[in-house]
Amino acid sequence: MNWIDIGHIDDIPLRGARKIKTPLGCVAVFRTAEDEVFAATDSCPHKGGPLSEGIVHGQSVTCPLHNWVFDLNTGQAASEDGAITTFLVLVQDGRVLIDGAKLDSRSAA
Amino acid sequence: MKQKLVIIGAGMASGRVIEHLVEDAPDAFDITLFNAEPRGNYNRIMLSPVLSGEKTYADIVTHDDDWYAAHGVTCRFGEHVTAIDPEMKVVAGQNGHVPYDKLIIATGSAPFIIPVPGKDLDGVITYRDLDDTNAMIEASAKGGKAVVIGGGLLGLEAAAGLAERGMDVTVVHLMGHLMERQLDEAAGYLLRKDLERRGITVRTQASTKAIIGDGRVEAVLLEGDETLPADLVVMAVGIRPETRLATDAGLSVARGVEVNAQMQTSDPDIFAVGECLEFDGHLFGLVAPLYDQAKVLAGTLLDQAAAFVVKDTATKLKVTGCDLFSAGDFAEGEGREDIVLRDPARGIYKRLVIEGDRLIGAVMYGDTADGNWFFQLIKDGTEIDEIRETLIFGPAFQGGDTSDPLSAVAALPREAEICGCNGICKGTIVDAITNGATDLGAVKAQTKASASCGTCTGLVEQLLQVTLGDDFQMPTAQPICGCCDLTHEDVRRLIKSQELKSQDAVWQELGWKTRNGCHVCRPAVNFYLLADWPLEYRDDPQSRFVNERKHANIQKDGTFSVVPRMWGGITNPAELRAIADAADKYDVPTVKVTGGQRIDLLGVRGEDLPFIWADLNKAGLVSGHAYSKGLRTVKTCVGTDHCRFGTQDSTGLGIRLEQALWGSWTPHKVKLGVSGCPRNCAEATCKDIGIICVDSGYQVSVAGAAGMDVRETERLCDVETEQEAIDVTIAFVQLYRENAKYLDRAYKWVDKVGLDWVQGRIADPDERQRLIEAFELSQSIYRKDPWAEHATQAHRYQPLADLTLEAAE
Repeated sequence: MNWIDIGHIDDIPLRGARKIKTPLGCVAVFRTAEDEVFAATDSCPHKGGPLSEGIVHGQSVTCPLHNWVFDLNTGQAASEDGAITTFLVLVQDGRVLIDGAKLDSRSAA
Repeated sequence: MKQKLVIIGAGMASGRVIEHLVEDAPDAFDITLFNAEPRGNYNRIMLSPVLSGEKTYADIVTHDDDWYAAHGVTCRFGEHVTAIDPEMKVVAGQNGHVPYDKLIIATGSAPFIIPVPGKDLDGVITYRDLDDTNAMIEASAKGGKAVVIGGGLLGLEAAAGLAERGMDVTVVHLMGHLMERQLDEAAGYLLRKDLERRGITVRTQASTKAIIGDGRVEAVLLEGDETLPADLVVMAVGIRPETRLATDAGLSVARGVEVNAQMQTSDPDIFAVGECLEFDGHLFGLVAPLYDQAKVLAGTLLDQAAAFVVKDTATKLKVTGCDLFSAGDFAEGEGREDIVLRDPARGIYKRLVIEGDRLIGAVMYGDTADGNWFFQLIKDGTEIDEIRETLIFGPAFQGGDTSDPLSAVAALPREAEICGCNGICKGTIVDAITNGATDLGAVKAQTKASASCGTCTGLVEQLLQVTLGDDFQMPTAQPICGCCDLTHEDVRRLIKSQELKSQDAVWQELGWKTRNGCHVCRPAVNFYLLADWPLEYRDDPQSRFVNERKHANIQKDGTFSVVPRMWGGITNPAELRAIADAADKYDVPTVKVTGGQRIDLLGVRGEDLPFIWADLNKAGLVSGHAYSKGLRTVKTCVGTDHCRFGTQDSTGLGIRLEQALWGSWTPHKVKLGVSGCPRNCAEATCKDIGIICVDSGYQVSVAGAAGMDVRETERLCDVETEQEAIDVTIAFVQLYRENAKYLDRAYKWVDKVGLDWVQGRIADPDERQRLIEAFELSQSIYRKDPWAEHATQAHRYQPLADLTLEAAE
């Protein structure tokens, strides 16, 4: 594990998202109404829509382009054959940490 | 000064009147509500499911104590009204007098008690209210024998409920067959067979001579001296309007309290609503006309023009497993002809009654799926000569050239495209349905059909109906989405009437099934809240689609388009230079002139948005809201400034309208056009609101469209001055904001409520003024440039972190 500090939780709007740039491309970091934080690839497998611009509801996000809905726990799209890659994130003392190992290992692969 | 409104009777009709009043004019009346029953308004239609045990009383309460308290209704429940004094305008209750300015009599109906010996014995009950229902439930707990006197709608529902609860039930009916007012003999026979199959004994042509017992009921004695042992007797032979108070007060009473089309009795300050009244010789017992009356009465009380008209109603029996339907007039008569279809093996009977070339009545038993189609033919007085041969087989068998949509859908080839947005054809949808997608939601999920713009929803539903036949119940009202069971209209109504002022209040009070909605319902709820409570609730960007959150339109590659506002389509060299400089500086790949007379910079990166806005702001350019469900553009022609035909300053009016309306949120986008003469160069007559200047003033028309649908506007009104044109436009926009379903363009909304209604509201000077003030109040918050605000928060448009840099370190 290689936890990387990417910012403060308050930098992410409630029921919203921000994106981070990584060697793998953009990753969306989501914050739910209950302050849960999730991270996943910022690109919808359907037509590449930026998921960080989608509406966050419950523990899901809806793609802004064609309304595919993804479960942020698993990355699986609801009633569609498609998924986004999710990444481990932690919140410690308000700082959001992402598992860089997974980002690196995937970039190496 | 509030008027005192006293209402006698808290039933479904008066409950609806109160709802209308507190919604439309919460400050107009001080309401005092009397009810002889010790409770408020509940859904009486649902007493049968309560009796059978499918529902509880809590399930059927319409207005609880909190609701009455929240709307300032003074409740005098459990208190009988003893007299009305129309001279002094006072109502006498058991616990004191209440003066009134206006009085509503809503005393409903009383069960008819047949005057036989023993009618007052213990264990003889009627079936009208919750107390009766509870008495039956209590009696049935001991088991034993029940006799229901009366084989009409109410009696049979009581009989079925008691049988369901384990009693041994006999129905005693005076006439030759059951439900003789709604059914003919053949259908009555099939109904009887079904009831007998459930263990209910049916005695027709049986007249009750006496009820026997010593203090408590023991048996029912029939004419012919046969006795039926009974532990419980339910008297359900009919109802009559409860008119005692009205008669004593000297009002004109026939069978019911007589009213005119405005629900006014012979005393101009006393009104009646519901089952207690008589209008034009008619009495009313079904809920649909009662609700119509309630609406008219509320309108009358608020000095709005409204008139009640009698419509045909159809009947269905709420007994599970007994499927019957009847509508219209099906008595035999000269010049009337019958078409009958029987299928004894399946217990199906259908009879259509035709007079001339019109269908006037229908009775169906066993298979009632086509009931509403027949009912529509009856109501519309449709000529049926052409389809008479196959009429009885229902809409599915009609030829392709009839007006019925189902046959048209049935006749489509498999390759026919149903959902244009997602390119889904009929075959795909039908396959999904046969593989188990048996409702709209499932078809949507599996095929994507109707999942985008939704205009094909009706077609998909018809395919479900054609494919599944009777197994598919056409939904009467679509809930907003899977998160709740309420329609858009209900949610809007409840946000107003329950004074819900936050999203959390909506989720909690309206029973949302998800934590905080989804991308379908949350933007709608966000809009309803901000439209109804402009000061208490603020627009929530996280409940907006990306375009509105980012104040720019997202493009398919994730870049954005930027459209600065050009008031009325007028610009100048300085603005154009600033736009050109911005396009250069931010490498804008495409610059396009839009249909709304603006300039669109396409392909701006999200990170650059705050900076390009700041640059444009410096030149005095603000957001053009080309992305919002709000005012888009006011398209103008050059009017009197340059044109030799122009009759008024159309450009100036366009600019002033745009300056008044910009920034406001609306249910869907709003586009305006102002043309300086009837040559209409600004194409105003296909806009949401279009104004045509003429010599004598301004023709204001609304509800046009030039998108998925193309529609010419309809004339709202003609006005003489520019100020009036602006007033009428603002009032229309506010009326639309207050009433329309989210994502309904103005023309769809006007189709639903009717242009007459809109005209009536706008023409009323008080209402027009109220609308303008409400709009101004909202604009005190929203009439400002969101770009200027967001340009100062550029960091929010940048990535939260850049790990590509860290990786390089």
